[in-house]
Amino acid sequence: MWKLLQLRREQGRQAIPDLRAARPEGFRGLPVIATTPCADGCRACVDVCPTAAITAPPVRLDLGRCTLCGACAPACPTGKIAFTPEVAMAASRRDDLVVTEGPPRVPEVDIGAALRRRFGRSLKLRQVSAGGCNGCELELNALANVNFDIGRHGIEWVASPRHADALVVSGPITRTMADAVQLAWDAMAEPRFVIAVGACAISGGLYDGAPGVDRGFFDRQPPLIYVPGCPPHPLTIARALLAALARER
Amino acid sequence: MSALVVHAVALDELPVLEPRAWRNWVKGELLQGSRPVMLWGRRVDAGVEVSVALQRADRGLDVLRTTVDPAHGYFALTEVALALHGCERELHETLGVRLTGHPWLKPLRHHGQTQAEMAAYPYYRLDGKCVHEVAVGPIHAGVIEPGSFRFQCSGELVHHLEIQLGYQHRGVEALLDRGDPRRAVPLVETIAGDASVAHAWATCAALERLAGVTLAPEVELARATLLELERVAMHLAGLAGLATDVGFVPGASTYGRLRTTAINTTMRLCGSRFGRGALHPGGVAITPDPAAVAAAVALLTAHGATADACFFGSRVVQHRLQGVGALTTAQAQQIGLVGPAARACGVALDQREGAGGAYAARPIAVTTEPSGDCWARARMRGRELTASLAWLADAAPALTAVPARQPPGQPVGALAPSHLVLALAESWRGEVVHALETDAAGRVVRHKVQDPSLRNWLGLALGMRDNEISDFPICNKSYDLSYCGNDL
Repeated sequence: MWKLLQLRREQGRQAIPDLRAARPEGFRGLPVIATTPCADGCRACVDVCPTAAITAPPVRLDLGRCTLCGACAPACPTGKIAFTPEVAMAASRRDDLVVTEGPPRVPEVDIGAALRRRFGRSLKLRQVSAGGCNGCELELNALANVNFDIGRHGIEWVASPRHADALVVSGPITRTMADAVQLAWDAMAEPRFVIAVGACAISGGLYDGAPGVDRGFFDRQPPLIYVPGCPPHPLTIARALLAALARER
Repeated sequence: MSALVVHAVALDELPVLEPRAWRNWVKGELLQGSRPVMLWGRRVDAGVEVSVALQRADRGLDVLRTTVDPAHGYFALTEVALALHGCERELHETLGVRLTGHPWLKPLRHHGQTQAEMAAYPYYRLDGKCVHEVAVGPIHAGVIEPGSFRFQCSGELVHHLEIQLGYQHRGVEALLDRGDPRRAVPLVETIAGDASVAHAWATCAALERLAGVTLAPEVELARATLLELERVAMHLAGLAGLATDVGFVPGASTYGRLRTTAINTTMRLCGSRFGRGALHPGGVAITPDPAAVAAAVALLTAHGATADACFFGSRVVQHRLQGVGALTTAQAQQIGLVGPAARACGVALDQREGAGGAYAARPIAVTTEPSGDCWARARMRGRELTASLAWLADAAPALTAVPARQPPGQPVGALAPSHLVLALAESWRGEVVHALETDAAGRVVRHKVQDPSLRNWLGLALGMRDNEISDFPICNKSYDLSYCGNDL
């Protein structure tokens, strides 16, 4: 009994009082690209990227493909690319995930007024892993732990797609899970929407074009929220969900 | 000496025997106490090259190869080494090698409706008036990876559990075999995304050996620090999961909260909570912060001790975990369990034992538990967590930054042509095995991977026999295996 009380005392109070204000120390997050000109014909950042997320010149970095491995920053001879600890990286439009040269621009998450009104006070999520390596799955689980405590905002995981408002997909969608993902979606009641979590889900990431992958589901059901990262930080996911539910407006 | 077990051999010095002689050699070595590590194949002009790696009692590796005509095949080694059943099923499934005498060639990975052979292996079924069948998956009732489980029960009692995986098959080995030096480490970091550091380190160690590169001790120390932090984090995650599954809420919240502290420390060092992007062939990219590591380790040690006292001291927890999902030492050795699952059955197998490099100055004592049940596996994780924290407390002050030989994404150097290198790293889940082979031009043409999950899934299935179906969640969590790692 005393040990349990000690345990409770050690846990303390709410670890992160405001999820929107939290800045994780040391996190390699939103990249910024300086406007300094590239050396003639230099493609160092393009050549070093494992997921073909970068095109140049001008340097453009697609967060939907980026695994935030950080290899491009030291590769650039003019130091154009730097990673900031910014967690807000999610977007509702796929094109908004492309980072261009210039000052950092936080992309916008907008699921539309009708869905915002419907789910603004309560959002139930059903997650399906379809080739996710357990990185995204662990971070999605972490969202509900005592540190991040997303439940305080009325956002919860549910076991059945019948009870879910949004389908959270992680992984590139393997051929063998393609049917199961579609079945889960078909079991959900309207209104509903798809959230793609992690580089694999957004673009295939490292597994774009891999032999075991079938991304047809996303062609039929384009996501309303793209959450970049490999895996995304729980705060990136939290910020995306809260922005979608207009908690930041 | 490296902190990992690394074995290199030039292909022209690698013994290639006739299938029958090869099989007899393996049999002989096993009788002398060697342990099967991995068996894998590669398609060549003359048929299929099949290689087998065994580990002697002194931790050294032996590799021997044979070339077979797939239509003719060979007499399955599973008969003498059950631990190789998964490797041989994979060999049959991916390269079409005929295996006479294999007890169960069911495809290791479900490939959907295109897979004709799966029809020949329906789920095992019990018939009888009181028998019923429970099907679970591939989607489970939680935020976890997919897999299919089929239970044959009478009442609550499970007679047989069959685990059918493959739903996570992305084709990672096909991508690795393309030999792109930029992609090798990022890809292996996602083989089992919760064991990124272990897989990355094994790949780096193999490539470094091929390039003839020796690293500064500071690099090994930084890598071992990240590996032990990964172990601490995932053992905490596992204990949080077990506490959740037995309904012990203070344990679930505390272990979960402490995992955050552990992975945030990893993030302080390298920018990613999973150590992604930290290791690359030839170096390690960390921002050393010995004070932050020491503070985190102190907090984890103190608060972990309180949580352990509550969790392991609770009669409810003891009652729920003890005697559930038990395997004997003999069973564990026969099916070739690895990692904490093996050590929980009294098998003292840990690739860090007697390791050099970062572990030479600060050795980690291998401990075992005798009972082989969920309780033993939970205790193992608790004890390994404590041992890793003690190691980290000792090692953290020595963390320093080391300039990399070359930036990440660049080749580590010219790779030795026509060589085979095996590297074994002890992840929190058990040994990860990477085998890299180069061609005459020094290009990687085969990169075979074995995650400990491949070895351990059968342990879960066997342990469930004669237990109740409601014991399944805690049995599953006590093994904490990777679906992706099995499916590749």
